[in-house]
Amino acid sequence: MSDRTTKPLSELAKTVRSKNAGVDRITFDIIFNDRDNYEMVKRSGVINRESVAKLYRIDPARITDFVTYDPAFAIKFTILRSRPSGSAGDGDIFGAQQYAPLLDFVIPLD
Amino acid sequence: MSSSSGSTLRFLCPNGHLGFAPIKVGSFDLGVATSPDFILADSGSDDIGPGPLGSDTSTSPAEWQRHDLEKMLVAARRLGVPMIIGSAGDTGSNSRVDLYVQMIRDIAAEHGLAPFRLGYFYSEVPKEYLRTRMQAGDAVTGLDGRDDLTLDELEATDRVVAVAGVHPYIELLNRGAEVIIGGRSSDAAIFAGPAIRAGYPENLSYYLGKVLECASFNAEPYAGKETVIGEISHEDVKVTAMHPDQRCTIASVAGHAMYERSNPYFEHVAGGTLDMTDCHYEQFDPKTTRVTGPRFEPSEHVRVKLEGSGKVGERFMGFAGVRDPYTIERIDEVIDWAKQQVVERFGDPATGGYELHYQVYGRDGVMGDLEPLRDQTGHELGIMVFGVAPTAEMAEELTLTGTRQMFYARLPDVKGTAGGVAFPLDEVVRVGAAYRWTLNHTIGVEDPMELFDLHTTEVSASTPAGAGAARSPEVAR
Repeated sequence: MSDRTTKPLSELAKTVRSKNAGVDRITFDIIFNDRDNYEMVKRSGVINRESVAKLYRIDPARITDFVTYDPAFAIKFTILRSRPSGSAGDGDIFGAQQYAPLLDFVIPLD
Repeated sequence: MSSSSGSTLRFLCPNGHLGFAPIKVGSFDLGVATSPDFILADSGSDDIGPGPLGSDTSTSPAEWQRHDLEKMLVAARRLGVPMIIGSAGDTGSNSRVDLYVQMIRDIAAEHGLAPFRLGYFYSEVPKEYLRTRMQAGDAVTGLDGRDDLTLDELEATDRVVAVAGVHPYIELLNRGAEVIIGGRSSDAAIFAGPAIRAGYPENLSYYLGKVLECASFNAEPYAGKETVIGEISHEDVKVTAMHPDQRCTIASVAGHAMYERSNPYFEHVAGGTLDMTDCHYEQFDPKTTRVTGPRFEPSEHVRVKLEGSGKVGERFMGFAGVRDPYTIERIDEVIDWAKQQVVERFGDPATGGYELHYQVYGRDGVMGDLEPLRDQTGHELGIMVFGVAPTAEMAEELTLTGTRQMFYARLPDVKGTAGGVAFPLDEVVRVGAAYRWTLNHTIGVEDPMELFDLHTTEVSASTPAGAGAARSPEVAR
């Protein structure tokens, strides 16, 4: 697809973040500034359980929640950690840097 | 509309995790100047990992905790309004509650504050209590896919705290407490407790707590440790940013509903669930968002969340860098070589009773198994090595072996045969012991107060208060 027909998620979303949700999960928030971009990304359907699981190389069963949240123009999903936060060998105690691969998600423009 | 429309209470929250980084005093003073009815903050988090709970320490300098407690206490006593802290000292363990109680006494003495009633409660749950309940057949139920607690796992646990709902806060206010230091608590309960006690609906009270507990994280632009004020009426909750450059917008407030939560629609507390599915957000004024429509579903049986941490072992850390592209390409072979040398000395990790972890920065050090670009390594790598063992001596030796042996890794065609990695240190360093979360569970209780031990006491500036008592009240700070 050409540059005119797609954009990376990083150009469409205001906030793309990750954070612990309790000690056994990391939750991801994708928040848009306005309804238009939010609805467009939602309509495109490219961000879903399967695509996210593929991006993070995990079994879709590790995604415990996947919701769209209209009041905040947001898409949100949560995954089970491979080990509880702060265990020896965990590189991200807060789960705060796990969102980066989402930034390059290719979104088709309407 | 209703006759109650005119009655509101205003809750000032300066910090989403008191002690983790100090309050920004500018917006705090602006908030205090508006004469709020309560000054409150949550001081705890399980985000900081299992170490502080397991080792019974705080994660930041005492001076940061003291700074915030002093600002809040002095302002609250001057206004004559309650000051409430939940989850004292990061973990809400008994020693952290005692620490904060002592700090409150010291600050009161130093400032010569008029006498006030201090309430506090403990949250630690003795292992013996859990063992007895389990042996009687009561399940300690795992959350987030965890199995129910076993006696072995309980044995491996050093400390357990129960997460309080609104009940201890309401009871301590009923006993006349003007300052409350809480053990481990649901973040929202710290705010919801006083609102419910004052007669406001549960749904709005819990929402108030949910939206305030992280202070300025519910405002934009992004800025931590700034003050926000939440106002509750019988019809709505309004939340207002105090920092001159921050605003509470529909997007920032609604977006906050999902922060740190698996699901933006539900918040579970001891006693029920806050359902935010039908929340309605409107911009009330440029800095204020108004929220209506949360629901609260009380639960039929109260289950209290338990957090537990257990020590895994002593821990050392080593570090190595790699620049040779051939070595970088074969870095897993290098690590495997070093691991094998450790196995030859200490046996397999499972039988040898140790852990050895490698984090390869420049490849997947941050994301580990979640890293999609694992094959796109940098032109140099930094490798952190962590060894965990029952004794410090063993942890040091195995970490040193696991680090230094990367230097000797045998790669078939390496050009540089004088050493395979770069060392910024030729030693390994001792770091905090390794702990793990052993409990992320719930237990049923007949009485929601059952696991919490409440106390009240009078604090007056003339009461002996340790070192602080000797200081003149006039000493400027």
